[in-house]
Amino acid sequence: MSFRSIGVVYRKELTEALRDRRTLISTIVVPLLLFPVMSVGFASVASMLVGKVKEETPKVMVIGGADSPAVLASLRKTEKADDKLDLVPAADNWKAQIIDKDVRAVVELPQGFEADLAQQKDETVKIYIYGGELKSGIAANKVEKHLDEYRDTVIKDRLAAKNLPASVLKPFEVKQQNVAPAEKVGAAAIGGLIGYMVILLCMTGAMYPAMDLTAGEKERGTMETILSSPISRTDLVLGKFSLVLSASLATAALSVTSMGISFWVADHFHAFDLGKASEDTLHLQIGFGAALSVFLMALPIAVLFSAALFTIALFAKTYKEAQSYLTPMTFLIIIPAVAAMLPGVDLTPKLALIPILNVSLLCKELIASTYHWNYIAIIFASTCVYAAAALFIAIKMFQRESVLFRS
Amino acid sequence: MIEARDLCKSFQDKKRGTICAVDHVSFTCRPGQIYGLLGANGAGKTTTLRMLATILEPTDGTATLCGYDVIEAPEKVRANVGFLSTATALYPRLTAQEMVEYFGRLNGLDESTLKNRVNEICSRLDMDSFRDRRCDKLSTGMKQKTSIARTLVHDPPIMIFDEPTLGLDIMTARTITAFIRECRDAGKTVIFSTHIMSEVEKLCDTIGIIQSGKLLTEGTLAELRAKHGEHDLEEIFVKVVAPHYVSEGTN
Repeated sequence: MSFRSIGVVYRKELTEALRDRRTLISTIVVPLLLFPVMSVGFASVASMLVGKVKEETPKVMVIGGADSPAVLASLRKTEKADDKLDLVPAADNWKAQIIDKDVRAVVELPQGFEADLAQQKDETVKIYIYGGELKSGIAANKVEKHLDEYRDTVIKDRLAAKNLPASVLKPFEVKQQNVAPAEKVGAAAIGGLIGYMVILLCMTGAMYPAMDLTAGEKERGTMETILSSPISRTDLVLGKFSLVLSASLATAALSVTSMGISFWVADHFHAFDLGKASEDTLHLQIGFGAALSVFLMALPIAVLFSAALFTIALFAKTYKEAQSYLTPMTFLIIIPAVAAMLPGVDLTPKLALIPILNVSLLCKELIASTYHWNYIAIIFASTCVYAAAALFIAIKMFQRESVLFRS
Repeated sequence: MIEARDLCKSFQDKKRGTICAVDHVSFTCRPGQIYGLLGANGAGKTTTLRMLATILEPTDGTATLCGYDVIEAPEKVRANVGFLSTATALYPRLTAQEMVEYFGRLNGLDESTLKNRVNEICSRLDMDSFRDRRCDKLSTGMKQKTSIARTLVHDPPIMIFDEPTLGLDIMTARTITAFIRECRDAGKTVIFSTHIMSEVEKLCDTIGIIQSGKLLTEGTLAELRAKHGEHDLEEIFVKVVAPHYVSEGTN
């Protein structure tokens, strides 16, 4: 093995890669833009849209209620601006109006509702909605809130009539209190997503150079040219592989940096404050240590992806053929990466040996600044073994005439 | 000097089984001479030359180039060979100069030697006007000159040309044939394959006729004329090849 030869090949491949628009887009532009767009952009837009919907006064139709003026008054009562309901008169086509989104919800009050309540009879108020429709759901929630308040008033009156205190029905309060630091709360919410994004971007960063340096070289007719030079095939593979790895790592580094900056910006401008009380607001700051650990864990996975994609693309005769081989690979990688985001999926000794899933799960913990050193060691070592095996196969495949000159 | 001894190459094909592309081919090419390997399409010329250039490994037999064995010391063989064919393309995103420099570095030239060598070749091949232009922006003639410069940058004693004029216009083809002659005049060992009779008649000191992977006959043009009782090389070729000829579609 000659480091000089590997360096010569690497320098040449780097020069070509920096002149290739596709490689530049997948390596630099995508990671730099994806995280800011996802975090600041998406969260701001989502926050804005949800806030807007909440501020809207929904049209609610009331069926019945002519004999229940107190309930209607309760529905009309407005304590806060976003509690307001726009009550519309009953119509026979109320179902069609819900489906056509002319009204967001319909409340059906039983006949003689207030009289029945006075006699302490059981009654049910129905709220008809457009299932799965956000605005309809929000309208129904607002209606329920008004009815809950009215129910509380009825209960209070009944207890007062029997000279009982209100605490009879609520002997104690239950309150949830968060004790986890802000960054851990944020990490629990989005840690899995970050691992997933880093893994996916490591792969997309390696994908285009891997195809260009193998199938692309065959397609352009330069494979025979380079094979006629005195460089050994192992050195040639290592030079090319180093470039693919660099692209993958550059993508990972840029994505980790970009996500750190964009979450800081998002946090700074309260992009994740979805109208909650300030103590419940997600604080999505990622520390330098967490970002560095995610990047370090991305190292062996980048080697694994680079070698695996390089080997697979080597079988293809053309760039197009390589794309058709590598596109299904994206799904193979997405599945374990997404599995890490599922609720309740946490690191276990067995899961720590499953490639991709293990790193994705670990990233979730690293973002929360939780360091299980035994898992880190197992995952780093196992991923290194997989990566070394993939690189070994890549070198072996490059020696095979049936792969290089497949016809 | 090139010495091929019982070179064999077979490939496995899922439908056709084992295909013998080169079958016990032996010949010798000497410095200062041009050896022409003449054959129809699919005769085994490219496979033979690829084995000499160590791009393919022989399944049996061997060859030595400048005393280095193609199986035991392939990298040393390649360091002594300049290989040019229509299949050896240029890197489109490199400039002509970068392309030549890349191969110079791969051949172990140090930076100062490389600089002098590149300047010398660019000036000799009249490449100065386009040496800074990217290869994908070059005309066919410019590309051929760059390919020649690429094969010459390390001044190899052996030159292998695999159908170098295939698909080229007459002016570009003449540049290549002139270059082949220059190589011989410079004392290099030259072997080239073609199926164009006129090129062989004009260039070759020794001619080998190959068909179905077998070297059927070889000698100087005069020797072949005497041996086969024909004056015209095309007639000699047909006479030698016809009993062994299987059209490409038949297989």
